[in-house]
Amino acid sequence: MSMRAPVTDLPLMFVEVGILAGEVPILSQITLTFDAGAPTVLIGPNGSGKTTLLRAAMGLIPASRGRITWGGRENAPSDRRAFMFQRPVMLRRSVAGNIRYALAAANAPRAAIEERTSHLLKVVGLEPLAQRPARRLSGGEQQRLALARALARAPTILFLDEPTASLDPHATKAIEDVIRDIASIGVKVVMSTHDLGQAKRLGGDIVLLHRGQLIEHTLALDFFDTPRTPEARRFIAGELLV
Amino acid sequence: MSGDVSALQLVLSGDPGLFAIVRLSLMVSLSAVAFAALIGVPLGAFLALTRFPGREAAIVVLNALMGLPPVVVGLAIFLMLSRSGPLGSWGLLFTPQAMIIAQTVLVAPIIAALARQTIEDLWVEYREELAAMNIGPAGRVATLIWDARFSLVTALLAGFGRAAAEVGAIMIVGGNIDGFTRTMTTAIALETSKGDLPLAVGLGIVLILIVIAINGLAWGARRAGERIAG
Ligand SMILES: Nc1ncnc2c1ncn2[C@@H]1O[C@H](COP(=O)(O)OP(=O)(O)OP(=O)(O)O)[C@@H](O)[C@H]1O
Ligand SMILES: [Mg+2]
Repeated sequence: MSMRAPVTDLPLMFVEVGILAGEVPILSQITLTFDAGAPTVLIGPNGSGKTTLLRAAMGLIPASRGRITWGGRENAPSDRRAFMFQRPVMLRRSVAGNIRYALAAANAPRAAIEERTSHLLKVVGLEPLAQRPARRLSGGEQQRLALARALARAPTILFLDEPTASLDPHATKAIEDVIRDIASIGVKVVMSTHDLGQAKRLGGDIVLLHRGQLIEHTLALDFFDTPRTPEARRFIAGELLV
Repeated sequence: MSGDVSALQLVLSGDPGLFAIVRLSLMVSLSAVAFAALIGVPLGAFLALTRFPGREAAIVVLNALMGLPPVVVGLAIFLMLSRSGPLGSWGLLFTPQAMIIAQTVLVAPIIAALARQTIEDLWVEYREELAAMNIGPAGRVATLIWDARFSLVTALLAGFGRAAAEVGAIMIVGGNIDGFTRTMTTAIALETSKGDLPLAVGLGIVLILIVIAINGLAWGARRAGERIAG
């Protein structure tokens, strides 16, 4: 073991973060800590700011106000973080080629690339489609390939923006199993979903956003049993938040 | 219609003079396309991926340069390469090299402008994914050029079409010297003005067949590649 403390992105902290698009506030006054442990699940209505929060947490967009720090550092390189987009873009390569590309981008050793590619294909169940052009996959298959590509970075924090949005129940279960597996080996998962059942099944803690504000951040058990805010109660009850 | 018959005979007989003209034409135009691609694709990628003041103006100028009149380019290169011109000491005037230079100047803006559009469209699509994968500027350019390669073939074909069809520039800088700088297009112009229509028509047919064949090959390669990479 080296004497150096391992470089880690955790805890990931938002301190009074505001994000503006031009003059329009998209997120305001977000103070939030993501720490090691079970997945953190972001929920909230369309347009509440989930994607924006995830992108800021990945480091893809800067905070207009406040500070975001990864393991205490403000400009931590993102090489141990991975992001799966709500609408992933497939590179114009084969399915396996997309994974190989992500592995090479993450500086995986050349000799290991083929083996890790087939391993990742197996993890997301795309082995039979390995040689297909990625852009011809169905929406659900593309989402699984995007997950494999994200896993190829061997991340310490994995951001998943609605990872099962266009999947059937069978594929959803398969992805949830993968998420549980990677969380169990110590990868911090931060994900968004509109599926409250999924939030309950996977979430260690829940973050409820509404109109760019943080409404509630509590352990999943408490959130669903004893929601503190009226917004949370109404959201769980399936009422529209306006 | 007797002109057509003898033209066909000429083509089918594999006349050595005709063969030399065809070979030189292809050599000049394909070399020019190759050099223009080496200049145009990186230039297009640069304009697609960078933001600097004057960029929009540069793109407008580049697009306008696609329509450069060949005779004007020929004249400019002629002035550069003529004995008293700045590059006169190279001694290239009235050589195939001079013709390649002129056609490169004609074709490079076409390839650059089309490559810029192609690469920028793909960049808009890939931008966030590449950012999330931490791809640096060099990797970005390489990825975009590689993934756009089938569309870039179209840019090269447009450039080749331009080079193969033009007569004004190579006539001026090459001089249409028999057996040395005479190409299909300059020969057609000359034979037509001399009244030797069979040879002119024969060369015209060959030129069109070659352009069709090259486009066909490129199209086939593109389709085959797309089947694999999507
Ligand atoms: N670049 C931008 N410019 C202007 N407005 C933006 C921009 N990005 C996001 N927004 C707006 O910010 C709000 C939050 O968007 P965001 O994508 O974060 O929502 P979300 O919670 O992920 O929604 P959904 O559930 O529909 O995915 C939306 O109203 C959106 O229109
Ligand atoms: Mg979203």
